[in-house]
Amino acid sequence: MLDPILLARLQFAVTTIFHFFFVPVSIGLVLLIAIMETMYVTKGKEEYKRMAKFWGKLFLINFAVGVVTGILQEFQFGMNWSDYSRFVGDVFGAPLAVEALFAFFMESTFIGLWIFGWDRLSKKVHLLCIWLVALGTTVSAFWILAANSFMQRPVGFEINNGRAEMNDFFALIGNGQLWVEFPHTVLGAFATGAFLIAGVSAYKMLKRQDLAFFKKSFTIAVIVALLASFGTAMFGHQQAQYLVKTQPMKMAASEGLWGKSGDPAPWTLYAHIDSNDEKNNFEIKIPYLLSFLSYSKFSGEVKGMHELQAEYEQTYGPGDYIPPVRTTFWSFRIMIAAGCLMIVFALYGTYLAWRKKLEKPNNNWFYRVMLWSISLPFIANTSGWVMTEFGRQPWTVFGLMQTKDSVSPSVTGGQILFSLIAFTAIYTVLGAVLVYLFVKVIKKGPNEITSTGSEQLADPFGKEGYHVS
Amino acid sequence: MSLNELWFVLVAVLFVGFFFLEGFDFGVGMSTKFLAKNDMERRVLINSIGPFWDANEVWLLTAGGAMFAAFPNWYATLFSGYYTPLVVLLLALIARGVAFEFRGKVGHEKWKTTWDWAIFIGSLLPPFLLGVVFSGLLKGLPIGEDMEMRAGLFDMVNLYTLAGGITVVMLCLVHGLLFASLRTTGSLQERARKLARKLLIPLAALFVIFGVLTVFETDVFEVRGVLIGLVAVLGVAAFVLSGWFISKQKDGWAFGMTGTMIALSIAAVFIGLFPRVMVSSISEAFSLTIDNAASGHYSLKVMTIVALSLLPFVLGYQIWSYFVFHKRVHEKEHLEY
Repeated sequence: MLDPILLARLQFAVTTIFHFFFVPVSIGLVLLIAIMETMYVTKGKEEYKRMAKFWGKLFLINFAVGVVTGILQEFQFGMNWSDYSRFVGDVFGAPLAVEALFAFFMESTFIGLWIFGWDRLSKKVHLLCIWLVALGTTVSAFWILAANSFMQRPVGFEINNGRAEMNDFFALIGNGQLWVEFPHTVLGAFATGAFLIAGVSAYKMLKRQDLAFFKKSFTIAVIVALLASFGTAMFGHQQAQYLVKTQPMKMAASEGLWGKSGDPAPWTLYAHIDSNDEKNNFEIKIPYLLSFLSYSKFSGEVKGMHELQAEYEQTYGPGDYIPPVRTTFWSFRIMIAAGCLMIVFALYGTYLAWRKKLEKPNNNWFYRVMLWSISLPFIANTSGWVMTEFGRQPWTVFGLMQTKDSVSPSVTGGQILFSLIAFTAIYTVLGAVLVYLFVKVIKKGPNEITSTGSEQLADPFGKEGYHVS
Repeated sequence: MSLNELWFVLVAVLFVGFFFLEGFDFGVGMSTKFLAKNDMERRVLINSIGPFWDANEVWLLTAGGAMFAAFPNWYATLFSGYYTPLVVLLLALIARGVAFEFRGKVGHEKWKTTWDWAIFIGSLLPPFLLGVVFSGLLKGLPIGEDMEMRAGLFDMVNLYTLAGGITVVMLCLVHGLLFASLRTTGSLQERARKLARKLLIPLAALFVIFGVLTVFETDVFEVRGVLIGLVAVLGVAAFVLSGWFISKQKDGWAFGMTGTMIALSIAAVFIGLFPRVMVSSISEAFSLTIDNAASGHYSLKVMTIVALSLLPFVLGYQIWSYFVFHKRVHEKEHLEY
């Protein structure tokens, strides 16, 4: 009655999507904080230290949730997907182990030094700590995406004793999929952190609080937001071209393309998809665009799902190789729409900052837009991953292992249901508390967090203690 | 030594590191509920582990990652077999981790009490559950020919594994109290030391009970009697010395001795297992071993190179961070949590 496969997939989706709300924020925020602290150390202005500390508060709250929800990710493969773990552990386990050894230790140690080290380390060593945290978060992304890229395009392995065994480590980290996926994801993460700072700063400028402080924060953030959003789109384009070559079925599904596209291929802006009859009832198309997305030129045909289904049956035997088309199609479009809006808003914000027009009162509408735009990278990140992972179905490892063969045989549906409910419940609480604390910190503003620390002022022993240490 | 043996040792080392390090922050976390007399003391205790607990927990993650990479079948069988206890373990670790960050963010009394409970339970449950799991590995679990473990509640929770769980909790608590005495001052320090000393007696009793049960419930004394015996002798020496150092108020040495006890206990588990990684209670032939659970030679070789070149750096900067925060935590300074 309780289908373990469905429940295990649902749990993976819930926990991974939730985890990936916080990961990009951490990666993005820590980069910006590192930039701010660098400006503090090089220019020696206290204001930049206040910035690093204020945004650091948000970073630490967020980082804590990212870390604890990440522990589950590493356990989950063995718990829910033991047959998958047995089959690919030889290849897939290595990047996970390296991630822990290389990145997790670095992040966790240097974040501790950064939080508690303001008065104990020299300025430069303290600055080095935050850059090492930034490096750690990015290296972490690299290794986990190396593992994911293997699932999208398995390389560097051979099948021995009924399982995938690694035979070329450098093929694994030189995977073409990784080198389009990693920059796309990490730049998206930079944009996520940048939009958060820009959005919060816009809100504070709207409220006319700490104008100078938030103008500066906004300027730094919006420049990073622009560069990162634009870079994300560029690498997204690279990734799409790579997709046509390596996972054409995902591409066809994300285009809702049942038959051949024709040459030149048009891009479908809207389609009313009928998955049962395998056809689209109504479509709005933009000529040439799909050819451009797939090949960077205005000609070339893209294969449709029917043709690919026939090809896959030849290669892999009978079965249904078409992923959920509507989900893939729409998540792709939502991601693109959010990404385009991000570029436009970041561009306009950069223009305002560049022309020194930030303090003009007629920008209020734009500040409101920027506040709401905090959500855009989250929408883009989530829908991007939904497209990537739904689009790979029915495979866990493309061409090698299907999702239905990956779950733990010894775990019952009831057990998974229990954990699904438990994790969803605790994650809901975490999410609510995080938002509450974010709002509280933002409302309080940076003035409460001076270089001597806020708790200290409320602490009867505080002042005295500060001079002692 | 073959690569399989090397990785068995490395996994053991990672778990030893984990229990030694996270052991004391579990202990300090537990002690916040009864050792601290007021909020200020609780904050001092939490701040004493503040810079470290996160990195300490990474030892567990790395041990898990190393198992996955080097012994995929061990990882798969253990994690799916112990499904429900691991869910509880994760919930506890999640609640505890955010509690450290969240508790100081709002001044409200109820807010703090809630997260204080999360810290207490989140520090108590994980060592208990891990103790249950590790003693289960020794006792044997219903693992079939297909390497799947299909354990009922009483396969996982029984007199032997309960004794194991409670022993680990007590060991972590004493270890944590000594860490607290090392990092705090004044009356808090004295109370931590006193309590650690008092708890040595129940700890000794637990060790004896668990040791006797081990003779009857497992085959480790038959398999590795001499070696385990030697470890036990060293353990008794460390125990006696820890008591002596506590009475001499040499907190650092005493802490080192409880750490040695932890290291020896975990090492004993791995010595008793070797060359198995999980004992099957159905048939000896179904036990997972360092050979049938392992990755291929190429993968192990790559991982060896990576691990041996990264580990010195990891150890280097972790030791440095303990050096940076070697000063005691005073009430009269800026407290982060």
